[in-house]
Amino acid sequence: MGKPTKVTNAIRALRFANDEMTQAELADKVGVTRQTIIAIEQGRYSPSLEMAFRIARAFGVPLDEVFRYPESEEKRRTKS
Amino acid sequence: MSFEEKGTWAYMIVVLVVSGIYFASVLSQVGQVSVDEIKYIRPLITAIIATIVATIAGYIVAAISAPTEADKKDERDKYIHRFGESVGYTALGVMNLLPLGLAMAEFQQFWIANAIFLAGVVAATISSIAKIVAYRRGF
Repeated sequence: MGKPTKVTNAIRALRFANDEMTQAELADKVGVTRQTIIAIEQGRYSPSLEMAFRIARAFGVPLDEVFRYPESEEKRRTKS
Repeated sequence: MSFEEKGTWAYMIVVLVVSGIYFASVLSQVGQVSVDEIKYIRPLITAIIATIVATIAGYIVAAISAPTEADKKDERDKYIHRFGESVGYTALGVMNLLPLGLAMAEFQQFWIANAIFLAGVVAATISSIAKIVAYRRGF
């Protein structure tokens, strides 16, 4: 409960890029409540994998264009 | 605020108001007459029925105030409900030690019955608070 998610998302940007789609319109397309879309946008809720796919499909983009997960410190150190 | 969150608020407020009225009316008699003479059964049953009826009325009011969002429920609502219920279940388990202790110490039925009701009230309140915090702060 209440743990801030590390998953980030580009839903707000994608909504604006898609004819300024409202949160309510996206919620209808995905089949969830408007409050859930707001919670996801604000990083207060990590959607299930299935819902994440439905959101990506609503924008017609791959999943990783909507959701990002930061690389771990260890992986970053290995790369550099 | 989602329909389910409104319902959670309605339930919590109803539980606190109804149980507050019940305890105020019944416990105010303690000390004035013997607890064996206090008629608590009918008020207790009335309080339980009133809680159910008033909560349903709260859901109806929530549905009328925002008809487009009425009865809409998604996975987030379901997860928050499960989380809140598990917190409430733990609280109920702990709170049940009170009537258990009273029964073991051979207190009157009045105290045991009221302790069981109090356990339910506390568990319902904690469960509702957990759900509301999850809705507000994230889950």
